Amino acid sequence: MSEFTNNQKSQRNAKEEPSGFSFDHIHRNAMIEQMTKASSSSSNSSYLPQATKTGTTIVGLVYKDGVVLGADTRATGGSEVADKNCEKIHYLAPNIYCCGAGTAADTEKTTELISSQLDLLRLNSEGSQSRVVTACTMLKRMLFRYQGHISAALVLGGCDVQGPHVYQIYPHGSTGKLPYTTMGSGSLAAMSVFETGWAEDMTEEEGVELVKRAILAGIFNDLGSGSNVDVCVIRMDGTVAMSRGAVQPNNVQPLRDAIKRSDMLNMRSGVTSVLRSEFKPHVFGGVTLADVTVTEMET
Amino acid sequence: MSYMNQSQPNTHQPYANAYQHDGKSAETRNLKPGELSTGTTIMAIPFENGVVLGADSRVSTGTYVANRVSDKVAQLHDRIWCCRSGSAADTQALTDYVRHYLSQLAIETGRAPTVKTAAHLMRRLCYENKDNLMAGVIVGGWDPVEKGSVYNIPLGGTCIKMPFAIGGSGSTYIYGLVDSLYKEGMGEEEAKQLVKKSISHAMARDGSSGGVIRTVVVKEDGNTREYIPGNELPFGP
Repeated sequence: MSEFTNNQKSQRNAKEEPSGFSFDHIHRNAMIEQMTKASSSSSNSSYLPQATKTGTTIVGLVYKDGVVLGADTRATGGSEVADKNCEKIHYLAPNIYCCGAGTAADTEKTTELISSQLDLLRLNSEGSQSRVVTACTMLKRMLFRYQGHISAALVLGGCDVQGPHVYQIYPHGSTGKLPYTTMGSGSLAAMSVFETGWAEDMTEEEGVELVKRAILAGIFNDLGSGSNVDVCVIRMDGTVAMSRGAVQPNNVQPLRDAIKRSDMLNMRSGVTSVLRSEFKPHVFGGVTLADVTVTEMET
Repeated sequence: MSYMNQSQPNTHQPYANAYQHDGKSAETRNLKPGELSTGTTIMAIPFENGVVLGADSRVSTGTYVANRVSDKVAQLHDRIWCCRSGSAADTQALTDYVRHYLSQLAIETGRAPTVKTAAHLMRRLCYENKDNLMAGVIVGGWDPVEKGSVYNIPLGGTCIKMPFAIGGSGSTYIYGLVDSLYKEGMGEEEAKQLVKKSISHAMARDGSSGGVIRTVVVKEDGNTREYIPGNELPFGP
């Protein structure tokens, strides 16, 4: 009914919020970057926070009775490690899991979205098991629509009535169905391990061992990957074994525990004798505007 | 244009950014950074009662091979197939759209669509979205009207029926070979051998083509898929 009132406020509310990505801040950010570069000539890199990326090594392979997915656990923001133990193997369905490389937020939210879409599909169609190809198609349709702006490179793996499957999905929306695949900055290191070691119809032990070695290759030889190895086994009989931190080659806690610190840091109470104690109730006043002088920021 | 400005030294500069010869093919130049390219050599030759389609299997991002055994020959309908080259994402999406429209058309008209229809449908999508797509496609198949036919749909969205078609970055290396070896009225076996030989030659010289050769023979009574592993190519190192 806003057409009948000439109210400015209602006209403003009537204008719909544009949906989808807004690129308005690109100009603003560029100008801020220029200003900071001009003021502080020493290269401190821009103070603009960089999107947290999962530098990453992620892998997936098919073995005799299922699939094994693997991932490292380092999340980087620029050249700094933002999270030493992040989780890159995401749940999509009871029988389908997905490893994600690229921008951490993008992989997280994309997989959550498709997970709920799969859930709805199962609810609406007599609760039969989700198929891996369904998840793959949903993911690729969404990523293609966004033309690569959603930076999510995924290794999708799962078991359904048609067997065990592993798919690789690229940010622009192309997919490939393969018996083994690697993605992320450490993919070359991991692929070299896979190409030497993969064979058809491996046992679960062999598959898990190969995945661990591939991720370790990424952790040690790629700067964008590090910390621990996460492994997820999805079997044809429907069971899933998710092991967070299956291998922890970079665990420094034992080293930390071995440090002998001064006993002065661990004093029990009562060591210092109390001579006199006094109780004064605190006056609640807080800060009023009269106490604060506002000065305008100058650029 | 620099020659109009007298104060600049008189060096004849070609129009900025036009036809820069940096050694990259037209296809790799137009890809967005990180986008997968089916670098590719694709080919299709009609014979008496059908068509042979063939492709290599390499998908690359820059210098890394993302998938060395991909399948670039996609089925659009029972007897209509297409070979994909260019951006992997774009061609996969295009193939899915055309497959969907063709199956709808088959239900609505009650009979199998012709290869001409499929090719023109593909051309509509490629032409109308030419600014946002990077796709070179060869559509081939068998229908009762034209028997075996092949349509080439390169980058801009042209659609031409051809006696044989080659496409992709590797095709430039085998124009001479195919021109000299192609004969009208070839049989199935001859056409298959020509496809395998030509693609092997292209794979030997083009960095963006490689892996295995996948062929499909499409005839009235059925489709036959064949696969030649990299160490059994008719020609190569």
